[in-house]
Amino acid sequence: MDVKEYIASGILELYVAGVLSPEENLEVQHFALQYPEIQDEIEAIEKAVMELTKTASPKLPENGFSKIKAEIEDVIPFTPEAAPKKGPTPWSSYLGWAASILLAVGLFWMYTENSKLKSEIELSNQENQGLQEILTNTQEEITFKENLLQQIRDKNVTVIALGGQAVSPTSYAKAYWNKDENKVIIDAQGLPEPPDGFTYQVWSLKLDPLTPTSIGLLSDFTSIDTKLFTLDNVNESEAFGITLEPEGGSESPTLEQLYTLGAVGS
Amino acid sequence: MQLDNLIIKFQQKDKAAFETLYHMYAENICGVINVIVKDTERSQELCHDVFVKIWEKSDQYDTSKGRFFTWILNIARNAAIDEVRSKSHKNQKKNLSVDSLVGIYENSEDFNGKIDTIGLQSLLKGLKDKCLQLIDLLYFKGYTQKEAAKELNSPVGTIKTRLRSCISTLRKNMA
Repeated sequence: MDVKEYIASGILELYVAGVLSPEENLEVQHFALQYPEIQDEIEAIEKAVMELTKTASPKLPENGFSKIKAEIEDVIPFTPEAAPKKGPTPWSSYLGWAASILLAVGLFWMYTENSKLKSEIELSNQENQGLQEILTNTQEEITFKENLLQQIRDKNVTVIALGGQAVSPTSYAKAYWNKDENKVIIDAQGLPEPPDGFTYQVWSLKLDPLTPTSIGLLSDFTSIDTKLFTLDNVNESEAFGITLEPEGGSESPTLEQLYTLGAVGS
Repeated sequence: MQLDNLIIKFQQKDKAAFETLYHMYAENICGVINVIVKDTERSQELCHDVFVKIWEKSDQYDTSKGRFFTWILNIARNAAIDEVRSKSHKNQKKNLSVDSLVGIYENSEDFNGKIDTIGLQSLLKGLKDKCLQLIDLLYFKGYTQKEAAKELNSPVGTIKTRLRSCISTLRKNMA
């Protein structure tokens, strides 16, 4: 290569100015190592630029470097040696912490949501069960009442109205008597609740001569909502009467406590 | 060779090596800053900051960046240009809008007693304004060839050779 031409091109002046690319810089250095003339020329150019910059320089303080030295000693912990090690670590660890906290919060939230849903389901199940019971009860009740209704409507049933007597004129009752099945259903809705220690007793009566025969007690009067009682009756009854008797019933009716009475029609 | 060893030691955070480099280049670096900032006191402060920065950035230098002087020259002029661009400086300075080097050459009495005006004048003797501008753009302002060509309305191809002849005149004046 023509060293003189290379030097004359002005590339070395640009090299010292620092406007060449890194590749061009390395190329210039490569030639400078190879050709001492080029190295000398670079140093001469640099010297000229340094001379120019030096003449424009303000006077430097005598303790210039000791001031710098004092400052760089303070600065050492923050020099690039230490900084890169510290730099990225906190960020990544902060990120890591943030992510794990986020995850923990998320998991906890999902856990609580899940148990909330679970208890809600349990509650619904319980409600369902309750409703199911009510439904079953209602169906049983309906069946029971339909049965009763059917019994009452049976063509063989005789309906006897029992009117209130002297001890309780406003009382009333009805007897549905199925002679074929020997059953009497007493509808006691029109009777007052018996006082404690007393119970209503139903009598089948023959009128001539007056012969009462007990056909049963209206036990558990208070707790039976329908106030409908089914009793067996094998008698050739001519009338039915209901008296208030001491708990357990009596051998013969206490006529002073006759609440209702009704004769069987023809 | 000696310079290379100094630089290696400096990069290993050897303060003695750094001190030697400081004494080799401090006047030049402060001079570059002064040409740009045109305020001797502020230039002294900036010069101090620049050397602290050079120390902090020592591991960033490698030969692909060119001469060591070129590298620290670049750090210095960037710091000085930042200073000039900052608002506080604009408010402080009044009427020095002239081109750095040309301005200092033509208004060197402004720096009377603060810089070596006689030395500067003898060094720049015979250099045309176009040369001063070109040296100013490439060495003091960090322009690329292309940017300098555009600024001076010249073809890019002529920049290199013209710079060569300008620096040659400078070198003759030194002799």
